[in-house]
Amino acid sequence: MFHPSHFTAVFLFALFASTVFGITQRDTPPRMLRYGVYCFVLFVGAAVVLSWIMFLIAR
Amino acid sequence: MATGSNKNAAAAQTPELSSFLYLPLIAGWLVPGAGHFLLGKWKRGALLAISIVCMYALGLAMHGKLYTSAQDILDMLGMAGDLGNGLLFLVGRVLGLGSDPVQITTADYGTKFIVVAGLLNIIAAVDAHNLRTGRKS
Repeated sequence: MFHPSHFTAVFLFALFASTVFGITQRDTPPRMLRYGVYCFVLFVGAAVVLSWIMFLIAR
Repeated sequence: MATGSNKNAAAAQTPELSSFLYLPLIAGWLVPGAGHFLLGKWKRGALLAISIVCMYALGLAMHGKLYTSAQDILDMLGMAGDLGNGLLFLVGRVLGLGSDPVQITTADYGTKFIVVAGLLNIIAAVDAHNLRTGRKS
């Protein structure tokens, strides 16, 4: 049984998806790493920004 | 400009473990990372396998649902995503995992984890096929 918080779920989702995207969408290891990090930051960053926007809208 | 001779040269560099062109694609679909293992890409295969299997296992641990029937369009899409997990999906069904109805929020996250793990596995299998054909180095 695993009950992660929303942020933990986003973090894990971003980690695994970014790993696969990095490996499959680029040719060389340095570019794979860079693209993987880029995707991870976008995943998590977008979730944080959207969460704040929804929080401010709901107030 | 990528020419046909360059592609053939790249394909010739891959280990000749099998003459069947689609074996990495099918193996990669059935077992996450297996397509890359067949081509000698051990680190890439291991990272892909760890990512996809962990995502699938976490989805089940969150009490995510495995789609068993396709009665409407959303169920069909979910089923297609789940089938991307290959043998993992079959093992989950045989063991009776993911059969509980979704009642809590984390179970909904888990269902999405399982579907996305299947879709990522398809991307990884196609990548193995591209490596096999020489489209990707």
